[in-house]
Amino acid sequence: MEDLIRVLTPLPVLLPLLGAAGALLVGRHPRTQRVLSIVVLSGVLAVSVALLVLADDQGATSVSVGGWPVPLGIVLVVDRLSALMLVVANTVTLGVLVFAVGQGMADGEETDTPLSIFHPTYLVLVAGVSNAFLAGDLFNLYVGFEVLLAASYVLLTLGGTAGRIRAGITYVVVSLMSSLVFLAAIALVYAATGTVNMAQLAVRLGELPAGTQLLLQSMLLVAFGIKAAVFPLSAWLPDSYPTAPAPVTAVFAGLLTKVGVYAIIRTNTLLFPDGALDDVLLWAALATMVIGILGAVAQTDIKRMLSFTLVSHIGYMVFGIALGTTAGLAGAVFYVVHHIAIQTTLFLATGLVERRGGTTNTEKLGGLAKASPLLAILFFVPAMNLAGIPPLSGFIGKLGLIEAGVALGGAGPYVLVGGAVLTSLLTLVAVARVWGRAFWRPRAVDTAEEDLEAIRPAAGTSATTAQLQENRLPRLMVAATAGFVVVTLALTVFGGVLYGVADRAAVDLVDRTPYLESVFGLQVIR
Amino acid sequence: MIPTVVLPVIVGGLYAAGVYLLLDRSLTRVLLGFLLLGNATNVLILSAGGVAGLAPILPVDDVGDINDPLPQALVLTAIVITFGISAFVLAMIYRSWRLVRDEVVQDDAEDLRVATREEVDADERDPEDMPLADRGPGDGFTVEREPLAGEVVPPSDDVDLELARAEAAENESAEARAAGDPGRTPPGGRPVDRREEH
Repeated sequence: MEDLIRVLTPLPVLLPLLGAAGALLVGRHPRTQRVLSIVVLSGVLAVSVALLVLADDQGATSVSVGGWPVPLGIVLVVDRLSALMLVVANTVTLGVLVFAVGQGMADGEETDTPLSIFHPTYLVLVAGVSNAFLAGDLFNLYVGFEVLLAASYVLLTLGGTAGRIRAGITYVVVSLMSSLVFLAAIALVYAATGTVNMAQLAVRLGELPAGTQLLLQSMLLVAFGIKAAVFPLSAWLPDSYPTAPAPVTAVFAGLLTKVGVYAIIRTNTLLFPDGALDDVLLWAALATMVIGILGAVAQTDIKRMLSFTLVSHIGYMVFGIALGTTAGLAGAVFYVVHHIAIQTTLFLATGLVERRGGTTNTEKLGGLAKASPLLAILFFVPAMNLAGIPPLSGFIGKLGLIEAGVALGGAGPYVLVGGAVLTSLLTLVAVARVWGRAFWRPRAVDTAEEDLEAIRPAAGTSATTAQLQENRLPRLMVAATAGFVVVTLALTVFGGVLYGVADRAAVDLVDRTPYLESVFGLQVIR
Repeated sequence: MIPTVVLPVIVGGLYAAGVYLLLDRSLTRVLLGFLLLGNATNVLILSAGGVAGLAPILPVDDVGDINDPLPQALVLTAIVITFGISAFVLAMIYRSWRLVRDEVVQDDAEDLRVATREEVDADERDPEDMPLADRGPGDGFTVEREPLAGEVVPPSDDVDLELARAEAAENESAEARAAGDPGRTPPGGRPVDRREEH
């Protein structure tokens, strides 16, 4: 069993990279490419599930890549948290790929996601995400980030239209900035400790003077805070995400910010367990939640509204991390899992809304509940889940975080609990407005005809096919979205099981010894 | 070996110049700023490897006399990544130039629209506060239709009596005009019942 996990660990990085190379080679044959990508991602998902089962069974394990001994070479570490993240991430990427394939098949060659580029880049993105989750080495984490970011630059500017280039420039410049801050932090960490191995750092960083520790921790948190879109480092996100193709926005919104959150969890638990910056994080979480959701309420475009709720709900996870207790971390981990699934589902449903209604502007939409009841259900269920209506998984996650906050007590956590409840309420306002306008109200018929004329070309799809199909939704896209809704409901039904895994992961995180022992064996190398 | 002050000064200068350029709206300057920042970080990593001027890792005579090779490996990786990303940014700047004949960071149109739009949306205002002509296509619950010929429409419960009277007068005059000119749609903005067939 021990050997099996060692064989499996590098596969979530290797398989997508090899798959990307293969997808590039067969770029001229779209059908082969689709099959290849789906097979590869299914394989990665199977490996991830196996890793989660093994890691939950026997705790953390590490693999020295290339056989170099531990402090010298690169290590990949699988513990409960990284295995859980891998499973969720790969479920989402596989589902979104199916959605994208459905969109590509429906639109034919004239699509806004050119297949020959989309598939290899998408697989590279998956490899980068997996590498970030598995990295047991600060520099390897940086490489993982760069791989996923480079792929995301390409995906965000796919097709090179004016709007996407504009959004892409903001995104690229901000991401570059965060990468440079991260790299400079690595340089300083290395200068101070002489290692970049995270397990070794966990021991050595603790011996540094408090001021040095504070500087290094704040640099790392700023770098990851930009990637995770924590206020005040979040302004780039609602500007850059909404313009991309629907599947790309969905996977970005679900995954990329959560990689930043994952890095913050590792920084705050493994590297700097003292909690020196917990108070700062607590207030940053409050500002992220409240300011993010106020932005969401003001929007009239569904994609932008969802981007703002994305920023806002990152605050919940940061709240859990800032509490620093086992309960808080368990809540944060559960919320990460829930939010990855839910945000992706909502963006995919919005992609369907855009196809059906021709726009995502709520001022122009109307009557969708009557026109397409299935789509209405596919949007309504995750929307209520996002707002945290019991008994859905959003409610479980929020309840866990609020309980953790109350259990810790004190002025800060109580204010945060209030902020969390307020944010949940305002989320309900934001999604209910979208629901009321786009789905529930009758369509404004007076302007319907001219609207349709004005909207069709702007929808980004080739106008002729869209008109021929009368905006009918491709089955595969609906099936993929429905699959996601089922997954989010499964998170509710199996919430107890999932919360158990999150709880055990949080215990490991606070304890730290399982991680250290997995890298060094029983004796800890200083 | 005495630690040198040259490297920290270079790093600081490059960071200052890089941040200054990065704050510019011109994309070419942003790219140049990014290159400077990248190089500053590379030098920083290099200086993290210890004092300058030691021998490389081979030949190993005395472990204390060799340079730390790891930062050099890290810098190589960082240089390759920076190079690739710079090429991508350059391509993006060129694309932006081709599309909008400009290479400054553009404003987000939707941002501006949200910032300048009315504080209250039309469908959020209480319909009773609005002039009759401006009322929206309905509240989503009641089905509205034109009164049939000869049908007397009673004022609904939730409408001020005064308003209802005004509305009735409006309808009356509309009917009178419609009778005079059958092709015309009645004024007043009350929605026609085309919604049903939709």
